[in-house]
Amino acid sequence: MTTVPTTQMTATSTSWLQNNNVLGFLFMLPAAVFLVCFLTYPLGLGIWLGFTDTRIGRDGIFIGFENYAFLARDHVFWLSVFNTLLYTSVASVLKFALGLWLALLLNENLPCKSFFRAIVLLPWVVPTVLSALAFWWIYDSQFSILSWSLMKLGLIDGPINFLGDPTNARISVIAANVWRGIPFVAISLLAGLQTIPASLQEAASLDGATSWQRFRYVTLPMLTPIIAVVMTFSVLFTFTDFQLIYVLTKGGPVNATHLMATLSFQRGIPGGQLGEGAAIAVAMIPFLLGAIMFSFFGLQRRKWQQGGQD
Amino acid sequence: MTSTANAKSDALTDNAEGMSYLNRLPRRIVTLYLPMAVFVFVLLFPFYWMAITAVKPNAQLTDYNNYSPFWVVEPTLDHIKYLLFETSYPGWLWNTMLVAVCSTFLSLAASVFGAYAIERVRFTGARPVGLMIFLAYLVPPSILFIPLAFIVFKLGIYDSRLALIFTYPTFLIPFCTWLLMGYFRSIPFELEESALVDGATRWQILVRIILPLAVPGLISAGIFAFTLSWNEFIYALTFIQSSENKTVPVGVLTELVRGDVFEWGSLMAGALFGSLPVVILYSFFVDYYVSSMTGAVKE
Repeated sequence: MTTVPTTQMTATSTSWLQNNNVLGFLFMLPAAVFLVCFLTYPLGLGIWLGFTDTRIGRDGIFIGFENYAFLARDHVFWLSVFNTLLYTSVASVLKFALGLWLALLLNENLPCKSFFRAIVLLPWVVPTVLSALAFWWIYDSQFSILSWSLMKLGLIDGPINFLGDPTNARISVIAANVWRGIPFVAISLLAGLQTIPASLQEAASLDGATSWQRFRYVTLPMLTPIIAVVMTFSVLFTFTDFQLIYVLTKGGPVNATHLMATLSFQRGIPGGQLGEGAAIAVAMIPFLLGAIMFSFFGLQRRKWQQGGQD
Repeated sequence: MTSTANAKSDALTDNAEGMSYLNRLPRRIVTLYLPMAVFVFVLLFPFYWMAITAVKPNAQLTDYNNYSPFWVVEPTLDHIKYLLFETSYPGWLWNTMLVAVCSTFLSLAASVFGAYAIERVRFTGARPVGLMIFLAYLVPPSILFIPLAFIVFKLGIYDSRLALIFTYPTFLIPFCTWLLMGYFRSIPFELEESALVDGATRWQILVRIILPLAVPGLISAGIFAFTLSWNEFIYALTFIQSSENKTVPVGVLTELVRGDVFEWGSLMAGALFGSLPVVILYSFFVDYYVSSMTGAVKE
């Protein structure tokens, strides 16, 4: 059925066919110029810079894999890779679990539902740097409101050194990242939840399914495709995170929270070693490609589940 | 027995309630209201803390013994006055606004044409181009900023607002195009066909038929793009050197944070005022935000 309008369309526009390519080209031109100049070209240039010893104010020469060989021996780089993987995996799992929970809560019959939905999205709307500043103040080593509250409750004796101790710093930045990421996951999954027909749930409960079974065997399978896409986005943005770390710790203490993006910035811009910074950025690409492939197969599965051919 | 009867009549009269009649109130409090309250508290607390710090006199700011930290006794506007009259903050606000508005309009214009071409002109290779746009959306700024800094420098627009206006569309155009493609797809072919039969040109079809129908999509894409460029940080940090060209996030972080003595009051006031414009915009267009966020994910 769906092919009928398409064939009609082609039939009426056959005489336009030659023209359509020209028109399409003209219409695509503004976007294409921007994307080629400021996206595709820099992407290629970044890969090229990774093979040179360019510094700020001096064009570099091709030095082959020297940057990568240097990075392979650099334990700070490997630490940043480890940190990035740890940060991404822990934060994504927490974001997913809490985000799904929040989405399920929002999907219930709450009074002022749309008001709650609006409030929940706030952390995502506010500029990350500015909310990270608030977290910086919350994590202050002397006047942290968290330490004060815990001390008042008698749970701890002295203030917690949130950002000064390697383990604490890692936990703190992950917590701040989760705080910011939950809304995106929750609202996207909520949109997915709302497409699941209530009749399926009712049928399952008539068959005697408990609420856990309804969630596990009805909600979750229906939600899987959108979970795949949402989590790919979430992983991608967490993996390349820069702002939060730059505000809270700048990579410290003793590089315990340096991510690949912050290390790339530190070496490239204040350090002036553009080539080396670019090489670190390029080292992120394989991971990102992995995530994109994951997303691609997630999308494929979705089409198959819906029985669509497009 | 009575509860089942009630449930039945409920199911007959109010379908929206779904199956929640199965849960009694105490159970709902534990499984629904309590976690919800915790979530809302945690998600909003940093904003409350930001706002309360911005109006706290310095004496109360670190004195937790004599004053409750959760409340403020004599609110002061000193921090805000300091921010507005003794720093370059108003200039940063203006820069951010200018850059966000310009790059949003540039991206929207380019995206409308691009999305229309991909979705409706059906030139050869429209499908792969659409896929490439989606992939472009996934390229993160953290791997582009070094080569972009290089290009911006070579173009001679380093340390100017133009550098940001030209680079922000790199993440805005893919997003807007992708979103608008979805909207254009939902507009029936027949409208366009009949216009073509009546002798309208492609340009007329786009301006007179497609755009008026795609207004919700344009608003979604526009406000979302505005928010994204307002929140952008790494490009602004890398490409801007001089204080008068900085954007709010960069300015607050690099100019208001000085040495070891943090002026938390003015810092938080800066964060608060930098967030307000997007929050106000957001509060007017909540549904558009949600639809653009989920639209980008769903397609």
